[in-house]
Amino acid sequence: MRVELLFWAGCPSYPQALSDLREVLREAGLDPDSVIVREVESEAGAATERFVGSPTIRIDGVDVQPPGDEPVGLTCRVYRRRDGRVSPTPDPADLRDALRDASLTPVLPAPSSSLPSTRTRA
Amino acid sequence: MTAIGERAPTFALPDTSGAYHEPGGAPATVVVFTCNHCPYALAWHERIAERYPRDSAEAMKVRVERGELDGVPYLRDESQEVARDYDAKTTPDIFVLDADGILRYRGAPDGDHDDPSQQAAWLRAALDAVLEGRAPDPPETPPVGCSIKWKE
Repeated sequence: MRVELLFWAGCPSYPQALSDLREVLREAGLDPDSVIVREVESEAGAATERFVGSPTIRIDGVDVQPPGDEPVGLTCRVYRRRDGRVSPTPDPADLRDALRDASLTPVLPAPSSSLPSTRTRA
Repeated sequence: MTAIGERAPTFALPDTSGAYHEPGGAPATVVVFTCNHCPYALAWHERIAERYPRDSAEAMKVRVERGELDGVPYLRDESQEVARDYDAKTTPDIFVLDADGILRYRGAPDGDHDDPSQQAAWLRAALDAVLEGRAPDPPETPPVGCSIKWKE
């Protein structure tokens, strides 16, 4: 499982998001230091990363709160807590659900062939 | 940068209908540097607007028409000159002026964007102090929010 946090340095919220994410990992018995933290430094980088704002947390490439049609860019991201409040960080409950969904997604065995094996998810 | 106790910069900026507004002419004036899409500004917005009422001008108009500003003038600082004059750092960044345009408080609305029960306590206390002719205590708190992205 690949857990990533992408951030822009101009937004002050990513340390809290990282702390929440590590706590959720810890609760799940996973290594809290396994988070890959990456800075997005330019608008071009935001476009390449499909980065709609800071912080963005992905588990196996899937955003923990799908951004819909939000434009990419270097900005703070607006999240909604489950109680409706606006927040600069995702609801920890959404992090737990995303982690659970990722852990439940089965990994299919690679088909036997002479080619190198690849892992795919259903 | 204007220090507490000094006269704040004057300005004239248009609202979403094109009418210009200047600070002053009131017992106290609150200048809030804000943003349509900053989560800190949005989280604090109701607490700020309640007390006394994706950065395009069109998006600003939408918010006004939705009644989100409750009669508070929502001005556009297109060139960012006013923000630079005030040395605004974040959204939100709040400046409370007295009747003479003297800066009396600068900083955050309260101690936690994530706790609605704080009710913009620092802003309320500063306004109450200014209206009663007292110096706000504290006169300054660190502004918290999205850093302002400056045009080149």
